[in-house]
Amino acid sequence: MSTEVALHDPLSARIESFVRDFVRPVSSAMARGAGPRPKDVVGAAGEAGLAGILTAPDLGGAGGTHRDFVSFIEAVAREDASTAVILDVHLSVGTEPIIVFGDDDQKRRYLSRLARGEWLAGFALTEPAGGSDAAALQTRALRDGDEYVVSGAKTFITGAGDADVYIVMARTGEGRDGISAFIVESRWPGVSAGQPFTKLGLHGSWTGEVVFDSVRVPAANRLGDEGKGFRVAMAALDSGRVGISAQAVGIAQGALDVTVARARERRAAGREVDEMHLADMEAWTAASRALTWHAASMVDAGQNVTRDASVAKLYATDACVSVAHAAVEMCAPDSALDDHPAAVRLRDAKACQIYEGTNQVQRMVIARRLLRVE
Amino acid sequence: MDVRLNEEQMMIRQTVRDLARSRIAPRAAEIDRTGEFPWDVVDLFRQHDLFALPFPPEHGGLSGSALTLNVAIEELAKVCATSALILAVQALGAYPVMIAGTDEQKQRLLPDLAAGKKLAAYALSEPGAGSDPAGMVTRAERHGDEYVITGSKIWITDGGVADTITVFAKTDPAARSKGVSAFVLEDAQQLKGFQASTIHGKLGIRGSNTAELQLDEVVVPAANLLGEEGDGFRIAMRVLDRSRPGVAAQALGIAQGALDYAVGYARERKQFGKSIGEFQGIQFMLADMEAQTAAARAMVYWASQLIDDHSPEVTHHAAIAKLLAGDAAMKVTTDAVQILGGYGYVNEYPVERMMRDAKITQIYEGTNQIQRVVIARDLLRA
Repeated sequence: MSTEVALHDPLSARIESFVRDFVRPVSSAMARGAGPRPKDVVGAAGEAGLAGILTAPDLGGAGGTHRDFVSFIEAVAREDASTAVILDVHLSVGTEPIIVFGDDDQKRRYLSRLARGEWLAGFALTEPAGGSDAAALQTRALRDGDEYVVSGAKTFITGAGDADVYIVMARTGEGRDGISAFIVESRWPGVSAGQPFTKLGLHGSWTGEVVFDSVRVPAANRLGDEGKGFRVAMAALDSGRVGISAQAVGIAQGALDVTVARARERRAAGREVDEMHLADMEAWTAASRALTWHAASMVDAGQNVTRDASVAKLYATDACVSVAHAAVEMCAPDSALDDHPAAVRLRDAKACQIYEGTNQVQRMVIARRLLRVE
Repeated sequence: MDVRLNEEQMMIRQTVRDLARSRIAPRAAEIDRTGEFPWDVVDLFRQHDLFALPFPPEHGGLSGSALTLNVAIEELAKVCATSALILAVQALGAYPVMIAGTDEQKQRLLPDLAAGKKLAAYALSEPGAGSDPAGMVTRAERHGDEYVITGSKIWITDGGVADTITVFAKTDPAARSKGVSAFVLEDAQQLKGFQASTIHGKLGIRGSNTAELQLDEVVVPAANLLGEEGDGFRIAMRVLDRSRPGVAAQALGIAQGALDYAVGYARERKQFGKSIGEFQGIQFMLADMEAQTAAARAMVYWASQLIDDHSPEVTHHAAIAKLLAGDAAMKVTTDAVQILGGYGYVNEYPVERMMRDAKITQIYEGTNQIQRVVIARDLLRA
């Protein structure tokens, strides 16, 4: 596909051809963990003009909205969730903190390479001892002249081992106000990644540990002020949760597509179809989409989206597991096979309830805001 | 679709919210306890022009937007589902005229409904024809310039208090859906041969009037036939596209009212030395209630906007809105009772009423099983 032509097309057309020409052909290989590596996924998205959907055009991006972003992620996830999460992490939590909190120099140095898909971005917050309690992280960043020396271990990092640059949260002081955010390049001495984990699903996406061993990070790569890193992380997660909601909508829609096709065959053969179950799948998917679009529009309008993003994430990811589970039931017995599209989606869907904050964390976020006395 | 309320809609919402809180909420428990139709609420709606909301300005109305109307229904249902139903049924009873009426019929019938001078009702269900309305047996026979209608209707909301009632009857008893026609009865309660008996003993929406109608050779002028003979079933289905999001809005309001009450209670109620809202078990319930309510709202607004946009997708989305909102109302109100514990189970607190009121939203305007059939058959159409 020619980049010049693609960049002149409207985003919806670029998304459609990227899904048709790149995502669909690799989807079954991705589900087996035998597809293109994450960097090549983002490279292909770059050629299609989609690796910087939220980045401004003068920095090589598409200048799109969050509504465009969620449409993109949903369309990709409908075919393959691994490809979707690679792109989601790159575009939202990997790139967006630089768009929102980066200074001009940081934007110039990183955003165009990320937007063209030359570099892959990752987000390194979670640690072995700091999962849902992100503020308990222990990775340290000690100031040394014009540099920080970063040491610690991060885990469950999407793109680990393939990403060129990580947004890293590290401790410059004590407590929640002692966390700072840094842009760290993986080629710098002291950065290493473990083997990708063997996961329940999302076999095409790499997930693993990233270790920082006395990595010297220029102070010019600190993102935002010292001590403001937790805010960077939480802002990234607000928007990131909207992206995961979109991924969940796509997974649910993909599971529904398979089930509807199967149900039509059964009906044509004069066999019973469980209309009640099928309708629930459709209703949950539609409501998930409505909540996701609503949250995305709130981000575009500059409104605080913390509660609405958590509501969308909770509802859509619970729904996608229920929908995928129903798809496996309604496509039985074929769906008992490892590579059946419904089985793949059930495995992939489960991750959505866990990452970007488990759904238990979403419930805490929502309940605390409900219970706050106005 | 991401639906945003415009400034006018937000203003109307605020007006209705204030009215609901100050004037209707204090009456809600009594309306439920006595089971008497709340004429004072009808008067309140008249004074504040709420009956004008379903109607376009050219017929004496204020809006005609489904989204505006449904936001108002939601606000009323937060405090009193019975009161919300009075507005929803004024719209339901008028829709057949708005959808299929001639200009003459609209000019003649709608302004009095928009002004609240007359109340409307919609008579489709029969003892032997609930989910299967094409199986109705009420007959309408043409005699010159009149039709003579004989049969019975059941579960007719406001059937015992309404003046303007759209009645569906077979003009061709040999046919199923194609034999159904729609007629408007004017000043129905005074018509010879018309008898409404109020049904008592309902689980919820107890102040709402629900009636069984006996029609014994009721004479209707041919000028009150809506559309052509045989159009009735198609009209009824198009009415449901508009009325289901209204019932969904009622369900949404019930859910939101129960959630709001449970949140307030969880803040105040102390056990083991702290408010129960500090316990994760309660927090997780509240969060799920919020998510289900938000999902219902997203679909109610979406379906309402599709009505306002005259979209062909409205049938599908109206069914989804009704299904999700009705199921959410039942689940959220049941959990609200659970959060209040023993206090939730008694009528000194409003949530047991809300739970009883919620149940009907899974049943009327097509049971939620019928909604699922509508949704699934739409998906399966190749």
